[in-house]
Amino acid sequence: MIRRKNEAILTAPTLLWLILFFVVPSIAMVVISFRPASIYGGVGEGWTLDAWRALGNPNYPIILWRTIWLSLVTTVICLALALPIAFVLGRMQGKWRAILLMIVIVPFWTNFVIRVAAWRILLHPEGMLRQGLISLGIISPDTLLLYNEGAVLMVMVYTYLPFAILPLYAAAERFDYSLLEAARDLGASGFTAVTRVFIPGISRGLLTALALVFIPALGSYVIPDLVGGPGDEMIGNKIAQRTLGDRNLPQAATLSVALLVITLIPMIVVYYLNRRERTHPA
Amino acid sequence: MKSSRLPAIIFALVIVFLYVPILFLVVNSFNEARFSSTWTGFTLKWYAALFDPRNRDLWEATQRTLLIAVASSAASMVLGTLSACALHWYRTRLQNFNYGMIYLPIIIPDLLMGISLLLFFVALGATLGAMTILIAHITFCASFVTVVVLGRLQGFDESVIAAARDLGATRWVAIRRVILPLLAPGIVAGGLLSFTLSVDDYVITFFVTGPGSTTLPLKIYSMVKHSAELPLINAISTIFLVITFLIVWWSQKLTQDQTTKSH
Repeated sequence: MIRRKNEAILTAPTLLWLILFFVVPSIAMVVISFRPASIYGGVGEGWTLDAWRALGNPNYPIILWRTIWLSLVTTVICLALALPIAFVLGRMQGKWRAILLMIVIVPFWTNFVIRVAAWRILLHPEGMLRQGLISLGIISPDTLLLYNEGAVLMVMVYTYLPFAILPLYAAAERFDYSLLEAARDLGASGFTAVTRVFIPGISRGLLTALALVFIPALGSYVIPDLVGGPGDEMIGNKIAQRTLGDRNLPQAATLSVALLVITLIPMIVVYYLNRRERTHPA
Repeated sequence: MKSSRLPAIIFALVIVFLYVPILFLVVNSFNEARFSSTWTGFTLKWYAALFDPRNRDLWEATQRTLLIAVASSAASMVLGTLSACALHWYRTRLQNFNYGMIYLPIIIPDLLMGISLLLFFVALGATLGAMTILIAHITFCASFVTVVVLGRLQGFDESVIAAARDLGATRWVAIRRVILPLLAPGIVAGGLLSFTLSVDDYVITFFVTGPGSTTLPLKIYSMVKHSAELPLINAISTIFLVITFLIVWWSQKLTQDQTTKSH
């Protein structure tokens, strides 16, 4: 009985806080998506499907698709870059491993807006890099490094790469590298040993990395806003515009619910796999 | 056995990729030129300009940012420590649910958290400002503190609690004199993480802020967006980077002490 009471005392504050400021707002978001917009930029009375019908507006499906596509490409590039890094880090020992891991993580601790701003300044049309590339004849004078899809992808990879490196490293650290030697001794090529032994060996880390990059990438808003052009908008930009630009809160809510549904799919998969890990530790 | 050099080469290139924009920014904060297209000489004038009375709003934003960060880390240190203990000591259905609730705010895109909180505050008719920002920050920081403290608890020798009780310590004394000192490095590391997350946050703050409640990331964002005062951004960012590095270094020291002690 005392244990029960103690559990409640320890659990209640945070759980109630999260229910009040996380669960209830999420429900409010779904409810408001069925409300009309009021002319004063608030939420009107009554119920309507207007905001949901507006999703059929050809603009939104294109932007939703672009959001998924850019996030997928970002995820693939991040995993491709993080795998060799995790492979190297996992095999290292002692002090150097800690130092290199630190070097990889430090940029991730620096302010996100500043990191994106740094890219914007670096790629700026008046900046040293573009001017240098033009004078070297590598790019033509009318090529912009900024305001295009390439810039958005690069900065997204830059931002989310640590989310891929950390779980893959955690998995590689527990991987038994002598298995690779065994595979080589049995005649496997280096490439086969990596794809058939190393990658399956760290599969759980790979799945975590996939979710940790793909889910936040879907909600990107700052990156397309600062380094992308008008043709690179993602769903996050539309949500921000509907919220603070033309102040149509029900429309913003509808777009957010759509985004939530898209993110829910990988989230549920990860939740169940994590729970399995928690109840059946390896 | 000959191993491929390719992974090491990729690793080296990624490190260059990670540091080039940051170093460019730091170097240019000392560049005399207004537009960072050429190097025209070393200067500290952009740092001096930060103290110019014209840029007083920057300092107001900084103060507000720090105040919110301190308050939200303090609150989330309490909330996170409590829930970490609950998750670690009990294996009930309630804790399975709790576990999911703690992890959701970490994994969900921050944009969704920001918009849903804004809609919630609008529905309540709450005034947007420093208070709503604080509530939002506590909501995402508490989860991160929980995870950090939970990590600390997993290397925890439960028998010391039993020993303290056997030696006649009351429950409260055992908590205060045994459990809290052992958890302290984890709680402080979680608090430092909260502090940086709170100072760092743009997206959620952007949604729940009100008139006159600008924080530093919001201020920097609007300067970047309008390409206004780029050299000033370089200077602020450099100061920001130095402070962040110090905090990271401190919190790494705390977690390293933890690993050396537990072995």
